[in-house]
Amino acid sequence: MDIIVAIRDFLAGQPAPLILGLGGVLAFLSLAALLSAALPLLRPSGDFRELQLRLSSWWVMIAVLAGALLLGWQATVLLFAAISFIALREFLSLAPTRREDRLIILAAYLSIPVSYAFVALDIYGIFLVIIPVYAFLLTPFLMACFGQTRGYLSTVAMFHWALMTCVYNLGYVAFLMRVPATEPLPAGPSGLVLLLLLATGFNDVAQYVWGKALGRRRIMPTVSPNKTWEGFLGGWLSTSLLIWLVGPLLSPLSGWGLGVVAATLPLAGFAGDVTMSAIKRDIGVKDTSHLIPGHGGLLDRVDSLTFTAPLFFHLLAFFAVDHF
Amino acid sequence: MIRWLRLALIVLLARPLARLLTGADVSGRERLPLKGPAIIAANHNSHVDTLLLLTIFPARALHRLRPAAAADYFLKDPVIGWLSRNLIGIVPIARDRAGTGEDILAPARQALARGDIILVFPEGTRGETGEMAQLKNGVARLAEAFPQAPVIPVWIQGAGRVLPKGEIVPVPMTCAVLVGAPILWQGDRGRFMETLRNTLLELRADAPPLRWH
Repeated sequence: MDIIVAIRDFLAGQPAPLILGLGGVLAFLSLAALLSAALPLLRPSGDFRELQLRLSSWWVMIAVLAGALLLGWQATVLLFAAISFIALREFLSLAPTRREDRLIILAAYLSIPVSYAFVALDIYGIFLVIIPVYAFLLTPFLMACFGQTRGYLSTVAMFHWALMTCVYNLGYVAFLMRVPATEPLPAGPSGLVLLLLLATGFNDVAQYVWGKALGRRRIMPTVSPNKTWEGFLGGWLSTSLLIWLVGPLLSPLSGWGLGVVAATLPLAGFAGDVTMSAIKRDIGVKDTSHLIPGHGGLLDRVDSLTFTAPLFFHLLAFFAVDHF
Repeated sequence: MIRWLRLALIVLLARPLARLLTGADVSGRERLPLKGPAIIAANHNSHVDTLLLLTIFPARALHRLRPAAAADYFLKDPVIGWLSRNLIGIVPIARDRAGTGEDILAPARQALARGDIILVFPEGTRGETGEMAQLKNGVARLAEAFPQAPVIPVWIQGAGRVLPKGEIVPVPMTCAVLVGAPILWQGDRGRFMETLRNTLLELRADAPPLRWH
């Protein structure tokens, strides 16, 4: 009984819109689970195992994320540092590397604790430059120190791309948690992260569902043959609507700022998805690993987030948050 | 006592370490045997191969797992020898005494007779990342002696990038572990080795590409 009381008190201490938002996500997921259980009855010939596998994985991912968001900024920073590590490991394992690069690969992993330390210390000015400027300069210098000149420029570019997407851009999600309580946040800093993740994830799902339902005209046949104009536009409209409706509950965005986020975030999600597809096509793989059943690797799941996270953060900082 | 220590070490230390270093990206996990006698035959590029194979099995099968390992390498130092025998649970193979008339597979046969699962690296030594060397036919002799024991081929992609032969600092890189369908003994060593080799190469073809130059 003590545990139930403790949990009730803990949840009562959280901002109501955050609990409402998480509850909404759970309700949406339960509805999807009911639908996927009903689908085989409606169409007995279809194979829905992949869909059900995807859904079960969503439960786990949402449980982990919700747990971190409720526990606070420390847990969220640690979780995203771990996500950056796994994404970077998947990326560097697929990209062309050489035995001589092993120490630089190790140094690349080291950039994760360094970058996230500035998130934890809430030093935005250094977070902004530590990877885009200093890791950018240090990587080619280290390679030169080790005497690497074979395929120099393309290897350096590969490391830069990996660090920017997997470490720097994902770091913005964790940095949202450092918006101080003095700002007018309706659902606390966790609400900002929830809005970003909700919009990004919903956009992926909405594009997929619209594409499955109406998809005819291919949008990028050489990069992502399964993506269609119908899926892209349907996903864009539905996600914009979702942000327009939910945004004011979870974030201080309103008016112009809310409109700009609603209009551009789905585009960034699409761009991240397609860009990572181009890289995977170049390397010759479909998924970056089998870590998340039904989804593929972690990098497959966060590809759109690597584009939406910085955009959401910067728009929020420009329109609604004074701290940054 | 030592059995519980070994279980705790593998589950609490080796398994998280293997996950951190390799991601342990296993496909075909349901094909792993949970009781012996059975033989796992894998390619070999790195000490990480043994770490991975020991940690992808469910805890209830762990007391049965016995990696076959070179006696000339692992037993020459008394401390490492004790650890290898008791904590890793190796079955020693005296590679250096092959061809002298001594039965170097005797310890492996005894383990199979006890119902253990033996992990063997038929290449006999750690080779180049992504390559497969000539296979030694000791595994066929074991399969012949225990025709009821399934031989499960396993391809480990890229463990040589995490810790190549001759390096001491491990670097985390995703390793795919592909578990193949069991091969049963059909009465001919040559044919058995041919099947094993082809199956391993097929698994390699299904693994994500290694861009390691």
